[in-house]
Amino acid sequence: MAAVPMFALAPALPEIVLAASALLLVLIGALRGERAAGLIEALTFVALLVAGFLVVTQGGERLETFGGSFVVDAFARFAKVMTLVGSAAALLMSGDFLRRAGINRFEYPILILLATVGMMMMISAGDLIALYLGLELQSLALYVVAAIDRDNARSSEAGLKYFVLGALSSGMLLYGASLIYGFTGTVSFAGIAQALQGEGHAGAIFGLVFIAAGLAFKISAVPFHMWTPDVYEGAPTPVAAFFAAAPKMAAMALLVRVFITAFPGIVDQWRQIIVFVAIASMALGSFAAIGQRNIKRLMAYSSIGHMGYALVGLAAGTAEGVQSVLVYMAIYLVMTLGTFAFILSMRREEGPVEGIDDLAGLARTQPYAAYGLTILFFSLAGIPPLAGFLAKWYVFAAAVEAKLYTLAVIGVLASVIGAYYYIRVVKIMHFDDPAGAAFTPMSAGQKVVFALASIVILILMLPGAPAPLNGAALAAARSLF
Amino acid sequence: MQSLLADYLPLVIFIGVSLVIGLALLVSPFIVAYSRPDAEKLSAYECGFNAFDDARMKFDVRFYLVAILFIIFDLEVAFLFPWAVAFGDLGWFGFWSMMLFLGVLTVGFIYEWRKGALEWD
Amino acid sequence: MTVAAAFFYLFSCVCVASAFMVIASRNPVHSVLFLILAFVNAAGLFILMGAEFLAMILVVVYVGAVAVLFLFVVMMLDVDFAELRQGFLQYLPVGALVGVIFLIELVLVVGSFVIDPALVKTPIAAIPPASEMSNTAALGHVLYTRYLYFFQASGLVLLVAMIGAIVLTLRHKPGVKRQDVARQVARTRDTAIEVRKVPFREGV
Repeated sequence: MAAVPMFALAPALPEIVLAASALLLVLIGALRGERAAGLIEALTFVALLVAGFLVVTQGGERLETFGGSFVVDAFARFAKVMTLVGSAAALLMSGDFLRRAGINRFEYPILILLATVGMMMMISAGDLIALYLGLELQSLALYVVAAIDRDNARSSEAGLKYFVLGALSSGMLLYGASLIYGFTGTVSFAGIAQALQGEGHAGAIFGLVFIAAGLAFKISAVPFHMWTPDVYEGAPTPVAAFFAAAPKMAAMALLVRVFITAFPGIVDQWRQIIVFVAIASMALGSFAAIGQRNIKRLMAYSSIGHMGYALVGLAAGTAEGVQSVLVYMAIYLVMTLGTFAFILSMRREEGPVEGIDDLAGLARTQPYAAYGLTILFFSLAGIPPLAGFLAKWYVFAAAVEAKLYTLAVIGVLASVIGAYYYIRVVKIMHFDDPAGAAFTPMSAGQKVVFALASIVILILMLPGAPAPLNGAALAAARSLF
Repeated sequence: MQSLLADYLPLVIFIGVSLVIGLALLVSPFIVAYSRPDAEKLSAYECGFNAFDDARMKFDVRFYLVAILFIIFDLEVAFLFPWAVAFGDLGWFGFWSMMLFLGVLTVGFIYEWRKGALEWD
Repeated sequence: MTVAAAFFYLFSCVCVASAFMVIASRNPVHSVLFLILAFVNAAGLFILMGAEFLAMILVVVYVGAVAVLFLFVVMMLDVDFAELRQGFLQYLPVGALVGVIFLIELVLVVGSFVIDPALVKTPIAAIPPASEMSNTAALGHVLYTRYLYFFQASGLVLLVAMIGAIVLTLRHKPGVKRQDVARQVARTRDTAIEVRKVPFREGV
């Protein structure tokens, strides 16, 4: 008789609730067919909210279950709340677009829900196997969602491209994981950290490089970014909005957790990788976005750049650095969701438009939307005193504290160059003559997300307002060390 | 380890014999048979007139769907083997663990049944 | 042990050679057949390591199912593969250069490091000797209880694969009449026939 292990299920309750509701919704969809699409969308939203509530009420202490494969600490809770917010907001604002495009199939919210389960498993991963399974659950659902508009060649191309490159990166990640397991004899992050104390070992560093490459693909950091613009442009806009928010948050949290908890003994080795990736992402995000004419491609390059800035905080390798990454990602999430809520509403009588030139004269045709978007774009550019500036300030301060002066200087330069294309969009909105008729009115969900995002960015300008966010992020960061 | 490999000796002999027979049948025609090909003999025969196009034709995407659904249930069965072998020692925990796994895939099965993925119209 | 070593070299040589042929052969169907050969030889390597269960799964799942799927995909695509290879030669010098650089790097790094004996730890759960417990049973003893989380997570991954395949490829042709047994059985005399009084010499 093998010893029967007893696992506490309470730490994984939010994930269990999400997975169970996904199963229930599949059943409802199977039995009721496409009629149930609206119902399933609403129930998915409710499930995400319930899971968020459960995560928040879990308390502050560190919980482990399933033999240490599943870790819930303050860091995981912070990242999970952000991920759930990203998924819920993306769902809230996408229904109207999908209905008009005729692709509001009931599988869409279910796949979003299952991807979110995968993301939460990634965030809570305590060993390499849990990491991989969470990542695959998330990625597999995302590949399908990218190609959900299957009669559209561009959407299919986006899905296929994302799938082929994603499978390649998963392969690299697995190869790295197997090297790490081979050299340390354990898959758990704590065990790896213990085995790798002292000087670096060439084999384990090889594995580390492959894992870093696989994870860099998932956050679309240079040099593993090439899929991002094509996928954002080709996939339906709600899908691009989803991709830009929740998966980025989860993958960044996973990257931070792997590097901080599994490889604390060889910081000097991985810092080189992170510094390189951060510099390359910031530079590419700033320069490549300048020539873009399509707003979704612009947002893709913008997200590549933002991942670079967030990695600057990780390069510091300290608790303050991790705190700055979390704050950066939280603010990035708000800005990008708000911007995409507007992009989703860019639609004239003849159909959706995506050109930056279509924004011309927005200040005259839709002044409120133009001011909200101006706030978001100034914040994305990192113009003081908006929230985007605060976020950049924190990561650069963490880098300076860790004596990474060159990195911080390059980051500041890149953000100055990057500000150009954000400000160009603002200029087109305010000073160019209107290019055509006004956009059709926003749907309620888009209005809510857009207004909330703008207001949050404005509130974070007030003195003392960022303190709760900073406090939560600091507690989260401390729980990793 | 040695005993484990020794178990596979019959398999090795079997594969060896079948290889020899197969190769003999493949190679002997080259040596003994009389052959004088020309272009007309080698071209595809299509009821007397010249061949229209390649013999390879596009398969329907539904074959792919059937194959992938088969793979998923094939994997499910692959998970059942070790479970069945160790069943006596696993107890109720192992039993319900497998039932949960099967339940998840049964939900998928109901979905594909109701969607009509198993029908060939 | 020499017999086992001989088989190891046999399997690995055939495996590498057929893997090379997968990318080198001109006909995609031949590529798939070489892939099957590579799978079978990999299964042989697993047996030599004592991992019988993995070897059999490789044969059942990969040779039996995945390779068939590949064949379907190859047959499904209407691609002129000869034309596809036209550009291949143009990129060959650049690709070969990158490949050679990678190979040199790999040789330099792998050749220069020695595995620190202190670093290679024994696995946490000792593998029971084959004389006590068969390979499959050893897996079964941990997979469903100790690794419950991974087991259920893979169930969810399979579910997503199932939903994804159906979402992306299933379409029903309009206007197809299917047999619906329930409807056939539920027919009564009233719904099936209609009796009309037809006036003489006028028709219906």
